[in-house]
Amino acid sequence: MTGGATQGSGIRFDRVSVAYGGNIVLDRLDLTVEPGEVMALLGPSGSGKTTALRAVAGFVRPVSGRVRLGDRDVTDLPPHKRGIGMVVQQYALFPHLRVRDNVAFGLKARKVAKAEIPERVAEALELVGMAAYATRYPRELSGGQQQRVAIARALAIRPGVLLLDEPLSALDAQLRSGMLAELARLHRELPDVSILYVTHDQVEALTLADRIAVMDKARLQDCGTPQELYRRPRTEFTASFVGNANLLPVTVTGATGAVDFAGHALAVPTGEVAGGVTATLCVRPHLVGLGDGPNALTGTLAEVQWRGSTHRLYVDIHGHRIKADLRELRETPALGDKVTVHFAAEDAVLLPAGAGFGGGVHG
Amino acid sequence: MLVHSRTGKWATWAVFFLLFVPLFAVPLLVIVAASFTTNWSGAFPSGPTSEHYKAATSGDSLQALTTSLITAVSASLLALTVGSWAALAAASLRRRGRRFLDGLFMLPVAVPSVVVGLAVLVAFSKPPMLLNGTRWIVILAHTILVTAFAYQSVSAAIVRLDPMYEQAAASLGARPSYVLWRIRLPLLLPALTAAAGLCFALSMGELSATMMLYPPDWTPLPVQIFAATDRGSLFTGAAVAVVLMGTTLLVLLGVARIRTRASYR
Repeated sequence: MTGGATQGSGIRFDRVSVAYGGNIVLDRLDLTVEPGEVMALLGPSGSGKTTALRAVAGFVRPVSGRVRLGDRDVTDLPPHKRGIGMVVQQYALFPHLRVRDNVAFGLKARKVAKAEIPERVAEALELVGMAAYATRYPRELSGGQQQRVAIARALAIRPGVLLLDEPLSALDAQLRSGMLAELARLHRELPDVSILYVTHDQVEALTLADRIAVMDKARLQDCGTPQELYRRPRTEFTASFVGNANLLPVTVTGATGAVDFAGHALAVPTGEVAGGVTATLCVRPHLVGLGDGPNALTGTLAEVQWRGSTHRLYVDIHGHRIKADLRELRETPALGDKVTVHFAAEDAVLLPAGAGFGGGVHG
Repeated sequence: MLVHSRTGKWATWAVFFLLFVPLFAVPLLVIVAASFTTNWSGAFPSGPTSEHYKAATSGDSLQALTTSLITAVSASLLALTVGSWAALAAASLRRRGRRFLDGLFMLPVAVPSVVVGLAVLVAFSKPPMLLNGTRWIVILAHTILVTAFAYQSVSAAIVRLDPMYEQAAASLGARPSYVLWRIRLPLLLPALTAAAGLCFALSMGELSATMMLYPPDWTPLPVQIFAATDRGSLFTGAAVAVVLMGTTLLVLLGVARIRTRASYR
């Protein structure tokens, strides 16, 4: 698609803060979404991720900082002059207009030549596989179909930037994975469109995003590619929110590659962390094994959950509960049994205490 | 309230009829019966006739019917325009401004309509605002009286209107005026037609303010009914009342049909 006013523009947050009545909901966000990049804003509710998206759309006004689309500073522009496409959780299809008129709405509002409109509507509906439903009303469509139409409506104006606000959270699990694949395909077909994707679901973020910005308590906590964040989280929050890691308080014992966890010596890569420093050891549940091995720890089995293909064991070790995801066990140990778990040194990541994300990561 | 037992259901229906029939149905049925009667001295009317309807649908009464229809249609359209405009403006105000407007538009409801009629009479009896003696003063008074209802029902609907539609429209590049005409007003259409129906019905039945204002060549139906009964022609008055009732109901039914077509989901 070509011809959009903001084609391939990218988004840039420049120390953007938003406050509602003295309550800071977005605190000095610095973030750049490159042209054609999919950036997921991942965080729990109230983390400021939706506020950041609404600041780009123009529905909240930052108290300080600038929002740029490409080389345009749009901070002071009303929403209708920004040239962005937006899709929200509840679809927001206009109930009194047929599908094709919903999709044509943006084109008519922007005074696109009349002769051109039917063609572009058909093109957008084709893109999301909804061409056969052009004359239906939104109420006659299922949730997934409505979401496709909402995406077609946003794309029909050929925006350089597409904002997706929890677009899949109103769909059931099966539809969601289908739509996720669909969104990935759409992005491949429209490689110039920057996508800002707000979600609280780590699977959606990991699957779809080129980079993930992790948000919590109104601030950007971490930003990186999905692999970086998953394998080498930089903060405790990222480690636990993305992939639900085990976090153990440890002390670096001086010797390289050794830490102390409640009197147990563990061998892990300590990198440049100095001896005597307290730190947090991060181990993914699926990398914890049952039985003896390197870095073995023994504790009491507190809970077992059967999850079909896996068993999750919760083991209490010195007052810390360790989660272990294991391939379905033939025989599960009984609750209260002594069990031993272990993990390989290279599967652990050491986070220095108070490790924070410095921000300022651009591109 | 959900009633499950059979006796409970019967009891509920019995209470309903005991209250509904004497309070609402009987007075209306009496008027209908009286309109077909030449003599009603005993417990039941006698001497059935349709003569009263000849009088009620010709001459002065027919004139009064058109007068009422024109007055009610003009007043409700004016009230709908002014009331919706004010309600839309109020919605974009901060809380204090909105409260002020809400209060202002409550006034004609809170003040007795006789007082409104008198106020209009005093205010528009001298140049340069001389409307006294013309039909316009009646239409004006009706508009003032019913605008409050239009304002209230439209602003209640605006509160219920999900802002996500406006925001979606704005993000698609629609100016605020385009959003108003293409999104907000169409979505408010059910409320607008309901408000129009309410205003129409209220205006059709308005008597007290009209009595103070109507010029001799602009006599609405309620005044005609009052005059007929006042001079003792009770049965003719009843026939005119039935015509008033029927016309109003017909128009309301028409409005309701538009409304069903305009309501979505």
